[in-house]
Amino acid sequence: MSPGKQTAIELGKQIGAGQTSSLDATKAVFASIDRLEPTVGAFISLFRDEALAKAQDVDRRIAAGEPVGALAGLPVAVKDVLCTRFGATTCGSRILENFHAPYDATVIRKLLDADAVIVGKTNMDEFAMGSSTENSSLKQTVNPWDPSRVPGGSSGGSAAAVAARLCSVALGSDTGGSVRQPASFCGVVGLKPTYGRVSRYGLVAYGSSLDQVGPLAQTVSDAALMLNVIAGHDPADSTSVDETVAPVEDYLQRIDEPVEGLKIGVVPAFNAGAETPIQSALTAALDVYSNAGAEIVEIEMPHLDYAIAAYYVIATAEASGNLARYDGVHYGHRTEHPADYVEVYSKSREEALGQEVKRRIMLGTYALSSGYYDAYYLKALKVRNLIRRDFTRAFEQCDAILMPVAPTTAFKIGEKMDDPLKMYLSDIYTISANLAGLPGISIPCGLDGNDLPIGLQIMTPAFTEGKLLRIARMFENATDWHTRKPAMVES
Amino acid sequence: MSDISYKVIVGLEIHVQLRTKTKMFCSCALGFGEEANSRVCPVCLGMPGSLPVMNKQAVEYSMLASLALNCPVASFTKWDRKSYYYPDLPKNYQISQYDLPLGGEGYIEIPLDGGRTKRIRITRAHLEEDAGKNLHTAGSFSQVDLNRAGTPLLEIVTEPDMNSAEEVKALAVELQRIMRYLGVSEGDMQKGHMRFEPNINLVITRPDGQFRTPIVEVKNLNSFRALERSVAYEIERQLDEFQETGRTLEMGNKSTRGWNDDDQVTVLQREKEEAHDYRYFPDPDLVPVTTTPEWLDQIKAQLCELPLARQARYVAEYGLSDYDAGVLTGERATADFFEQTLNAAGEPKRVCNLLTQVGLKLAHERDGDLSSLGVEPAAVADLAKMADAGTVSATAAGTILEAMVETGKQPDVLAEELNLIQKSDAGELEGIVVQILTENPQVVEQIAAGGKKSKKAQGFLLGQVMQKTQGQANPKVVSEILQRKLNG
Repeated sequence: MSPGKQTAIELGKQIGAGQTSSLDATKAVFASIDRLEPTVGAFISLFRDEALAKAQDVDRRIAAGEPVGALAGLPVAVKDVLCTRFGATTCGSRILENFHAPYDATVIRKLLDADAVIVGKTNMDEFAMGSSTENSSLKQTVNPWDPSRVPGGSSGGSAAAVAARLCSVALGSDTGGSVRQPASFCGVVGLKPTYGRVSRYGLVAYGSSLDQVGPLAQTVSDAALMLNVIAGHDPADSTSVDETVAPVEDYLQRIDEPVEGLKIGVVPAFNAGAETPIQSALTAALDVYSNAGAEIVEIEMPHLDYAIAAYYVIATAEASGNLARYDGVHYGHRTEHPADYVEVYSKSREEALGQEVKRRIMLGTYALSSGYYDAYYLKALKVRNLIRRDFTRAFEQCDAILMPVAPTTAFKIGEKMDDPLKMYLSDIYTISANLAGLPGISIPCGLDGNDLPIGLQIMTPAFTEGKLLRIARMFENATDWHTRKPAMVES
Repeated sequence: MSDISYKVIVGLEIHVQLRTKTKMFCSCALGFGEEANSRVCPVCLGMPGSLPVMNKQAVEYSMLASLALNCPVASFTKWDRKSYYYPDLPKNYQISQYDLPLGGEGYIEIPLDGGRTKRIRITRAHLEEDAGKNLHTAGSFSQVDLNRAGTPLLEIVTEPDMNSAEEVKALAVELQRIMRYLGVSEGDMQKGHMRFEPNINLVITRPDGQFRTPIVEVKNLNSFRALERSVAYEIERQLDEFQETGRTLEMGNKSTRGWNDDDQVTVLQREKEEAHDYRYFPDPDLVPVTTTPEWLDQIKAQLCELPLARQARYVAEYGLSDYDAGVLTGERATADFFEQTLNAAGEPKRVCNLLTQVGLKLAHERDGDLSSLGVEPAAVADLAKMADAGTVSATAAGTILEAMVETGKQPDVLAEELNLIQKSDAGELEGIVVQILTENPQVVEQIAAGGKKSKKAQGFLLGQVMQKTQGQANPKVVSEILQRKLNG
């Protein structure tokens, strides 16, 4: 009856069969929230009354034999970067602290249409800029496995909420690893779909050509369940892909079918940068696939070393435009006594944007400035193309590429806050999937010496999420890492 | 000072509002004069998380306009963000087109006096979204109305090929005529559908050399009159300034001036053009546009004969004056109606006079065009035929056309009802002529004496006959009889 003991799919089946009620499940989630949230700090806002009402409504409809959606009655958390008509949409920023969106993001609409029970909106690095959720201007989230450590970021709130079982399943967003890296740090599954697979309408933009909404879940199947609900073309997002070109599948239907003749690619030179326990976990994971009959091939991806440099030019350039609208004129924080209209801009932004956001806006503004455009932005685009080509060539030799999700496990709170470059390196393994627009998943594959979760990253060609999930599921079937929980969760 | 001569150099930037139903990147209806911020949505408000979706109709209108301006349509084009902070710009960037405009280099032919034309080169034509409006009527703070934000604009930039205020105005008027012909813009100046920004300077020749005055850009002119007068004013002002200060282009930067309509002067806005860095980069929220040959063919099929070509054809084919041809081709509806009438029947000049002197007046009184008068071209052709045949006089034909518009009746019916059919029966008229001659022996004598007064006297006799017949006599027939009687 408690999400602490059941996956989303198991709980969904019980609710659908009337064996348990959504109301009880939702109450149980709020009981966990009451107990653990003061420590974890996963949520920026909670919707207890609305969630309980929705749960009751779902229960009533199920009892009456009325049709219900794929997520009927499941307690779900969403990152506070997704616009909702209910509550505030803060993006972890003081500039939007009291911003109430007049519309629902497409993925929010899809969750609601699927009868999900949205319990709250989760904490994040301000405007999704960060790798530890420490850049949130509104609150601190800790790692449920060790509250002295960060949950990863920027979807740290969603990852922590799933790990601490404060929801069944959650949504995050991933621009450079923001779903996969916190999933890895918190020992849960995190999926970044192919760019264009999921609508970005209502996802507050950071790096528009990189951003993608993805699920954080306890299991690969739970992630597939969520992808089933959120995937698809959206007329309101021109960059969402035409389904006649790249059809959406039922990602659950064949999820337990192993991929025959699987070839797994690894980039040994690149992986050497990760901590020893992570490299060991990766080696063990490759053995799991070998034992399942997969062939392991070594591949070269010479341009991956430049991914971080390219990313921090492209993402920040786009961000400098995307965040220009937070100016105190139309909505959000406005400075109290501006001397003139220029001060409305400068003071409002100075007062309500955080250090890291300002840093990235400055970086992006510089990269786009006259005289620097060719040397930075244009060159970064060229690197991006080379990285895409590396992947295209790699996928001629293998079905999937395995690598670490992050070079370290969860680090201590405050450890990297004074060194942005060190923080940026947290994304070294995840960024290339965003630059190439490819799907990537992080699944639990071990624990280090401090009992901190280690994630395994799998990447496949664009729009092959079905295959990606099946490959991930093969690992889950052979191991029990996904069943491990932080000590704070009652077993 | 008399040994100074100068040449005027003007280039134009024109913003043309396209006639789409909805905005450039969202589904808000275009409007004018509605309550502030009543035609807005998350997209045109620049709300967090909102995304633009391209209005295909706006692109097609722009393709059509580009073709009409002889600008090659780019096979591949994209959207760029132009960044600057201003309260009427909700995203603080404008979605525009930077290095790959939809329309490339072209030209427009403009009509000058006496049927002459001049070719003005066009640099580029690109699509972009309009900003909102800042309102400063509330006292200590300003307000922003974003109803206009996101309206599709075609920005057309010309080369500095115009050499007088008259040429500048001619281009503006001709461009408006073309945009309306194509149906891509209503071109309503009162609603700001066309906004002009001329760049003006002079090349001055003096015995001691040739000098170029600093370039002045006059911002945001939305009437032909303001455009023409501001250019004329700038010419005088720059000439005076040069003679006073000797400042040349090389010594000062481009400056921006505004037009004060009350005082009929330009006013300095920005002395030095600020070194704007708009940090253009491709908008990642929109996909590039590929114009396939098939698509372009579909648009080409919508091209029509352009007004100036049509005007020239009316002169050559129908022997109309350039002025008449210009009036007929002023609006596409007028020219179409004219040709439909001619296709049925009628002498061109006759039809032209009926339509331009009576038809257009009635149409304008009713805020419409000829096609909205409820009169069929065939009926106008019948009327013209009656006038051609002398059944009704030219004046009576005009009266009948007015009655046709008011009653919807056919011209022959109205000619009867209004008693406007001319008497052309020579026998009947001859009797009346004889009677008039008998009653006016002195006048007949005057005519016989010849000289200056003779012509006037004949006119008097014709007038007497017309009076006697209550205007129904065919003056042509009466004149013939008079001639015969007096000379015989």
